Amino acid sequence: MCSLCGILGGRGHWTESASNPGAFVSRTNSMTVRRERQERTKLANRVLAHYGLKLADWPPSNYILRDAKGRSVLVSNLSELWSVAESVLNETCDPLDESLLSSLSAQGAKDR
Amino acid sequence: MTDYASLIPISVVTGFLGSGKTTLLRQLLSAPSLRETAVLVNEFGEIGLDHHLLQHVSESILLVENGCLCCAVRGDLSESLRELYSQRERQEVPYFKRVVIETSGLADPVPIAFTVLTDAVLQHHFRLGNIIATIDAVIGSGGLVDHPESVKQAAVADRLVLTKTDLCGEGEVEPLVEELRQLNSSAPIIQSDADRLDAEFILAEDMYHPDGKAREAALWRQAVDGQSTEAELADHGHGHGGIYSFCLQFDQPLDWTAFGIWMSMLLHRHGENVLRLKGMLNVRGQTSPVLINGVQHIVHPPEHLDHWPDADQRSRIIFIVCGLSREKIENSLAVFNLLANSPAMEGVLGHAVNLENC
Repeated sequence: MCSLCGILGGRGHWTESASNPGAFVSRTNSMTVRRERQERTKLANRVLAHYGLKLADWPPSNYILRDAKGRSVLVSNLSELWSVAESVLNETCDPLDESLLSSLSAQGAKDR
Repeated sequence: MTDYASLIPISVVTGFLGSGKTTLLRQLLSAPSLRETAVLVNEFGEIGLDHHLLQHVSESILLVENGCLCCAVRGDLSESLRELYSQRERQEVPYFKRVVIETSGLADPVPIAFTVLTDAVLQHHFRLGNIIATIDAVIGSGGLVDHPESVKQAAVADRLVLTKTDLCGEGEVEPLVEELRQLNSSAPIIQSDADRLDAEFILAEDMYHPDGKAREAALWRQAVDGQSTEAELADHGHGHGGIYSFCLQFDQPLDWTAFGIWMSMLLHRHGENVLRLKGMLNVRGQTSPVLINGVQHIVHPPEHLDHWPDADQRSRIIFIVCGLSREKIENSLAVFNLLANSPAMEGVLGHAVNLENC
């Protein structure tokens, strides 16, 4: 629940449809959950590429974050991801950072 | 997993010293529909609260390692709530279906929210209800200027209750109301000396209340619609240490995955300065709106409305921030959302519309 401390208990992360049937009634079957995780991994990788990091799905409930040196760390949700990414990089990951946004915009333009 | 809406709601009554928290609480608890309420207080004030389920809790705070102040765990509170729940189950105290915590005047309500939402035991029995902040209308905006604690309490609140308005002269309350609207445009402002105080609305109705959910969403919407003429014209909160509120609207549906990546990243880096966020989102692939609600680094489980209130299905997010640029936040979310729309993502899912058919 906390995006800074990454402290979680039994309840799933707020971004996961399967953990929030109150909001995503029709997105809770296993096929949907798997595909949602794939989408999350792929999209997160587009952001992480700016930092030279790569995320891989580690079903059913974790992800692995790797850096260019081959170091890998297990993360369980998006909030933990940014905390771990900053530790690995020893720098901040800021979605308001102009250089990140330019890099993402360039990726988007390239796709088109 | 227990349905979040069915958990016992914990409301927080906060407000600066002498702002009338206990008096308000006494008024609220006299409502027959709120009789089954347990009350935890940080300090026994001068005004006694005669209630059958009143317990005292001290205010010790444990800082989470590497955590920020909003992520402080109220260890004492956690203990008290566990014990209270246990007593209810053992029928050692009268049955209660909600809890109200009255904080001390200087307390930050956010660690309470953090404790309720993250404690490994509590989160299975309790959920966070409304945060209600009392504001002394006689002291007026001077109280907000002099006490940063008051500003924080008002900024994160779901309901703002003006107390002692009967002691104010004509025209004295309106400037304070205006100031509070600029500070926190999403919270209804209620005068406590109103002839009939709607206790249910103040204490019980929130985005998880089965009957109040739609009304709550309508209030957010109303706040957004009034925003352009009020808070956007504010001096970006310069009078309150940089705290101000603004609303973002998006014509196109948002991609939930992109939104989750963006928001988790934003709150990780800037959560301390995102005092509050509330949103009604048009999520691609969803036929009904998704409601989101956050306090600093903490995000409640999202909820959905059964249907859109009207034909206007734009996403709206109200932010109450401290020193962050609206333009930068808006631009950043737009870039992340566009990334999800790129052809490169189609190979993965063909977008969320297809999710519904899986």
